[in-house]
Amino acid sequence: MIEVSGISKRYGERLAVDDLSFTVRPGVITGFLGPNGAGKSTTMRLILGLDAPSSGSALINGKPYRELRSPLHEVGAMLEARAIHTGRSGYNHLLALAQTQGIPRKRVDEVIDMVGLQSVARKRVGGFSLGMGQRLGVAAALLGDPKTVILDEPANGLDPEGIRWIRNLLKGLAADGKTVFLSSHLMSEMEQTAEQLIVIGKGRLIADTSVAAFVAQASSGAPVRVRSPDGAALSAALIGAGARVRTEEDGAIGVQGLTIEQVGELAAAERLVLHELTPVQLSLEDAFMSITKDSVEYQQA
Amino acid sequence: MSTEVTLARVTRSEWTKLWSLRSTRWSLLVACLAMAGLGPLIAVVSMAHWNQLGVGQRLTFNPLERSLGGYRLAQLAIGVLGVMVISGEYSTGMIRSSLMAVPKRLPVLWAKLLVFSGVAFVLMLITSLISFFAAQAIFTQHHVNQTLSSPHALRVVVGTVLFMSLTGVLCTALGTIIRSTAGSISAYVALMFVLPGLSDILPSSLSNAINPYLPSVAGTEVASTYAQPYTFSAWGGFALFCGYTVLAVAVAAYLLRRRDA
Repeated sequence: MIEVSGISKRYGERLAVDDLSFTVRPGVITGFLGPNGAGKSTTMRLILGLDAPSSGSALINGKPYRELRSPLHEVGAMLEARAIHTGRSGYNHLLALAQTQGIPRKRVDEVIDMVGLQSVARKRVGGFSLGMGQRLGVAAALLGDPKTVILDEPANGLDPEGIRWIRNLLKGLAADGKTVFLSSHLMSEMEQTAEQLIVIGKGRLIADTSVAAFVAQASSGAPVRVRSPDGAALSAALIGAGARVRTEEDGAIGVQGLTIEQVGELAAAERLVLHELTPVQLSLEDAFMSITKDSVEYQQA
Repeated sequence: MSTEVTLARVTRSEWTKLWSLRSTRWSLLVACLAMAGLGPLIAVVSMAHWNQLGVGQRLTFNPLERSLGGYRLAQLAIGVLGVMVISGEYSTGMIRSSLMAVPKRLPVLWAKLLVFSGVAFVLMLITSLISFFAAQAIFTQHHVNQTLSSPHALRVVVGTVLFMSLTGVLCTALGTIIRSTAGSISAYVALMFVLPGLSDILPSSLSNAINPYLPSVAGTEVASTYAQPYTFSAWGGFALFCGYTVLAVAVAAYLLRRRDA
């Protein structure tokens, strides 16, 4: 369980995180979404006690991170920025972390097996590929078998097979009742991995909802696609009803400003034949764009 | 079994970190070779030229300090490694992993100081004794050799080792404060090697007043056979050097706790 309440972080003039509050619950994967510079990494650093908040607080299992007596057993974290000495082998990196809280060597071997780094674990990390570095970061996060896992952009640098691997791993952790919190700029990845979503823009909370509800909310203003053999008459009728229309390349009409029901009823009233009437499904990416665009415009107004 | 973070556990972790880096092993090897090897080398050269020395030079010949002549080079290697013990973590980002594992932060600094100064003390003590005995054996050629029970000998040997170990501590503190490797090493070199040279070009009344307070002068009193004019006593100077080191460590500890990592 992660509880963030009213947290802000100011770096000189810049307010990186602005009065952010949310809760990440155990048993589900919660995604943390926002454009570059939105404050995702800063928020994670505040949760992990690396940066001190200017105001507000972040609690993990009821305590500030800095007060955890056995932190690797409570929280496993992987930051986006590399946090590994390149001159050391992966094995020794994990061993040094494990020793700080009496985690046995056996567990170091276990996590190396879990992430599939057996063959390179004794080599210097400096020679690792980005994907191998990510796997080592995940191994470090799992070292203490923590109740909460925080991962910043875990899919970065992974190949499709690696992305599938990490998705399954995270789903397994959530199924075990653990709290899983991950940031990503790959919205398609979020759509396939996360159930809950916390969306921020410019350091502020934009949405705290389920992935499904987020897409539905963003789709409410989404266009309807309609096709008729008598396109000109249909366009005229739609414009007459106050809609904005746009003719697509294939002759279909994109309608905005009317619901799909209204479009259907209008066509029936005008006795026009329809060959297609479909809601345009917005991907999470589109949903994100449309919602954050609003918030950006709102802020500028 | 308890899973709490303890100083003993963090110390074990720092022990692993120290020995698992190639750069550490090389720096320590250089320090050991310099400390153990240069003294005997200097002894061989001095004995070879003994017959060319004048009476005055023979009278002021100091077999004790000559036998430990490697300490200046060894001190440099120890200082650089002392800096890198922490600056290497900042440059690679490792510090974030270290502080996430030990969120109270200060045990990381204490453990680093403990491990590194301990390793430096033991290695430098062994190599200083090797250097001392080997050089003295060579000095027997012209019967100017000393033993550990000669006046000041034990104090100078142990004092040299203490000075070098404490230099390591000072440098780790500098590395924690400054964070960049290049910046910290520059600060160390400026403090210990450049500052004395600058003081020398001042008018002598001024430089005599300042000199005893310089860390390099105060710290090496204990490694000198005789007190120089206008300086503190051997242990008085060492106490001052300890004071500087404690001050640097206190600033380092304060900043480590307060700063964003």
